[in-house]
Amino acid sequence: MISVSRVVKSYGSGTAQVRALDDVTMTVKKGEIFGVVGQSGAGKSTLIRTINSLEQPDSGTVHVGGRDMTKLAGRDLRQARHDIGMIFQHFNLLSGRTVRANVELSLEITGAGRAQRRSRALEILELVDLHGKADAYPAQLSGGQKQRVGIARALASSPSVLLSDEATSALDPDTTRQILDLIRQLSKDLGLTVLLITHEMDVVKRICDSAAVMSQGRILEQGSVEKLLTTEKSLLGQALFPLGDIPPTSNAVVEITFTGVATDRPVIAQLARQHGIDVGILGAAVETIHGRQTGRTRLELPGDERAVSGAVADLRSQGLYVEVIK
Amino acid sequence: MIDRNDPYFWADLLDTILKGAGETFYTVGVSLLLTVLFGLAAGVLLVTTEAHGLLARPFGSRALGVVVNRVLDVVVNIGRSIPFIILMILLIPFTRLLVGSFIGPTAAIVPLAIAGIPFFARLVEIGIREVPKGLIEAAQSLGATRWTILTKVLVAEAVPALALGLSTTVVGLIGYSAMVGAVGGGGLGDVAFRYGYQRYSPEYMFAVVILLILLVQLFQSLGNFAARRLSHR
Ligand SMILES: Nc1ncnc2c1ncn2[C@@H]1O[C@H](COP(=O)(O)OP(=O)(O)O)[C@@H](O)[C@H]1O
Ligand SMILES: [Mg+2]
Repeated sequence: MISVSRVVKSYGSGTAQVRALDDVTMTVKKGEIFGVVGQSGAGKSTLIRTINSLEQPDSGTVHVGGRDMTKLAGRDLRQARHDIGMIFQHFNLLSGRTVRANVELSLEITGAGRAQRRSRALEILELVDLHGKADAYPAQLSGGQKQRVGIARALASSPSVLLSDEATSALDPDTTRQILDLIRQLSKDLGLTVLLITHEMDVVKRICDSAAVMSQGRILEQGSVEKLLTTEKSLLGQALFPLGDIPPTSNAVVEITFTGVATDRPVIAQLARQHGIDVGILGAAVETIHGRQTGRTRLELPGDERAVSGAVADLRSQGLYVEVIK
Repeated sequence: MIDRNDPYFWADLLDTILKGAGETFYTVGVSLLLTVLFGLAAGVLLVTTEAHGLLARPFGSRALGVVVNRVLDVVVNIGRSIPFIILMILLIPFTRLLVGSFIGPTAAIVPLAIAGIPFFARLVEIGIREVPKGLIEAAQSLGATRWTILTKVLVAEAVPALALGLSTTVVGLIGYSAMVGAVGGGGLGDVAFRYGYQRYSPEYMFAVVILLILLVQLFQSLGNFAARRLSHR
């Protein structure tokens, strides 16, 4: 649905030049929720803004639903943007318009008639659970409610893509969860493709099907969240399960990642029983990813090389993801 | 000196003041209309033709944007830096060319509008500048045209600030109109000068002063009220 290919974008010139996007290639599949994570200044906003051409790349192409956004201008570009909704960290609502009028702006722009605007606005406000606030002004709303208006405005013209630039970063944890769940629900109900950028791991954990990790204008890794978690030295894996530094030890250290049912298996007891290894637990973290319990345990395995590799092979044969750290 | 004991003294005073007030309304009203029209356009252009502004490239040309921006900036600065009394005199030939005379309420419109436009333009500029950039982006992301963004975002969101700017401008124009009046532009200034000063009548002078104070109060309060009512921040 979205395909970014070899995109480069620099700001400034000479020694002050910043490569905000440095040869970025990325694919977002239809109907999925794709999260781009990275620290502040990584180039995430620049990336998402090239998708709806708020920013023109220096080189490379950006395709959305078959259209090359970098080639569009004027009327064609505006038309393409009707099909791409966007929400923002600071909501960007018009303070002088009521909630309903803010949503209607989207429809005024697409040229809908008055009656149609009104009914569509109320319909979409119902969808984001804000029907009671249609006549309120943004200043009278909480942050979460403001973002719901933002979502309603973005979706009023029935786009097939939703872009989210840190949409939950100004919200408290509870509200963040509600907004994320709403996005997930809408994505499912409307068949929306969602590209969101965030510096919060929680967002990826909660709703993303796929993710990319970005740093200094480059994408370091990307793929489905599940696949990344079972990829050696995955940055996403390390960020989601912060197990800390490895303590000095002469023994082998392995990390086991459990998903779903595997969590319940008495792995450690089994290692001791079947391989005679006296397992030491160095760290563990459990997260709910996509509603599924997912955990990673770092174990110290004393014993000779053969015993250890036998144990690792055994674990792998049970379908567990095992990474040998040292 | 006017005879205060003349039985028609107060009736005459009322007549004269009303006529003067009518002329002032006319002069200020028309010049205000011109001021709002051109001042709004100039103020909006001053902000939007800056680098990265909405109209940074009018007709696809950044050079044109730069020229419009610089020229407006210089013209507005010149307009703001010339004391009104001098501007008025400077404009006499221009006024005569435009209206045929430089005496009377209609002629007074010319210097008033020319002083008012740059004044209001700066206030508009401040108001438009305060509209968060994110709102423009949000509208762009919805596929809005530049015209839609200009009218429905920039100007619409600046309306409370514009209302305050408008009342400040009206107050300024009333003050200037008294000055033009004193040199032949009619209106309340003319009344104060001819009756109050030349024929030394304190009653006329006071009546004009009190009326001016009331007018200024009225418009300032109106502006404040409107700004409060229109702002939903
Ligand atoms: N309009 C701009 N002008 C100059 N530099 C910019 C501009 N926008 C972003 N940058 C720079 O590009 C880099 C990436 O910024 P951004 O995409 O906003 O990162 P993120 O959203 O990940 O925090 C930063 O170094 C930032 O300073
Ligand atoms: Mg950002």
